[in-house]
Amino acid sequence: MGIQEDQIREVQEIAGRLLLDKQVAAVVGLFSNHGHVGPHLFSSVDDLPGLALEPRYPLALDCRTLLSNFPKDRLGVVVRGCDERALIEMAKLQQVDMERLVFIGVACSDDQARQCACEKPYPRQIDVGEKVDGLSPLDDKKVQELIEQDMDARLVFWQQEFSRCIKCYGCRNACPVCICDECLLEETCWVEGGQIPPHTSFHLIRTFHIADKCVGCGACEAACPMEIPLTILNKLMREKLKELFHYEPGMEVSQRSPLITTLEEAPIRGL
Amino acid sequence: MDYKNVLTTCPYCGCGCGIYQSSIDGQLQRPIPDQTHPLSEGRLCIKGWSAHEHVASPDRLTTPLIRRGENLEEASWDEALSLVSSRLMELRKQHGPDSLAFLSSAKCTNEENYLLMKFARAVIGTNNIDHCARL
Repeated sequence: MGIQEDQIREVQEIAGRLLLDKQVAAVVGLFSNHGHVGPHLFSSVDDLPGLALEPRYPLALDCRTLLSNFPKDRLGVVVRGCDERALIEMAKLQQVDMERLVFIGVACSDDQARQCACEKPYPRQIDVGEKVDGLSPLDDKKVQELIEQDMDARLVFWQQEFSRCIKCYGCRNACPVCICDECLLEETCWVEGGQIPPHTSFHLIRTFHIADKCVGCGACEAACPMEIPLTILNKLMREKLKELFHYEPGMEVSQRSPLITTLEEAPIRGL
Repeated sequence: MDYKNVLTTCPYCGCGCGIYQSSIDGQLQRPIPDQTHPLSEGRLCIKGWSAHEHVASPDRLTTPLIRRGENLEEASWDEALSLVSSRLMELRKQHGPDSLAFLSSAKCTNEENYLLMKFARAVIGTNNIDHCARL
């Protein structure tokens, strides 16, 4: 608890300096009020006493909305490793302008890293906290148990999991890299309308669509009211990408996905 | 830069899931499920995810409508409420309080539901009070 308080104080100091020096118009972070914590825009130092670092929210989505609505301003943002990776993926798709973002990098604690079974629980530049090692996806007990089974058993496992889906679209809505202008999941030629649980295609379209973008933040699983273990699916997909193409999403803006199939002339925006 | 996340309760049913409703310059943006809410713990159903959509919908009624013959005509709140109260009292006088029934909603707050119950029992004098979740 003491460590967390120290870290909050350090982030408050950095954010305060950014605001007072007018390096940024505002800082995106978490704010605690009456026992509830949610995303907040700190426009002045007055709100900083309420700053919080937990729980995890996909803040990249808020940054994207703010940058597009206020096209002249620079923003500070308190990022965990996953937030930063999501913003890097957004930048690859021209959804955010990295030049207008100033990161306050916070490394996750060992507990936080374990809670998320996170592969890389720290941003590129750590301003607050100390780097702890991530967990390999294959060390995850749930993943291990699954991949030890044969293909038929794995299919049965996923069909059972997907049968609980109530098609709330929470996984898509919470996902910081699920940002197409038009969503295939709403097109009835791919996913039949009015059918619950939806066909397995609903989940598989999403899995393949974000295969080269998923940064492993776990927002999809956290948003799922039916507790479908979506991160296992995405983790295994990311492992394949690493194995086959030596590519990992969310590392550098300049790295291009090996799966881009858009023709040279076609716009990448809103893929 | 007027960006706000207002903590609120999903209005769609009686569960009461927690939502941060975000807005920019007064225009509603996406809802953010409240991860720290004791009941919903950061999850929403399809209704919660789309609870904000009706606010700016072009199909939304923005004034009361009074049926005159075949047509529904726009009216002021004073006009509409006067008509409702006078017709309620008329019917009560003619046919008695039990000729009327009141239907409340799971989408209202406890307090609003309590008020309608009180109105039905204390003002009109009937026990005919129910709510949409039993339809």
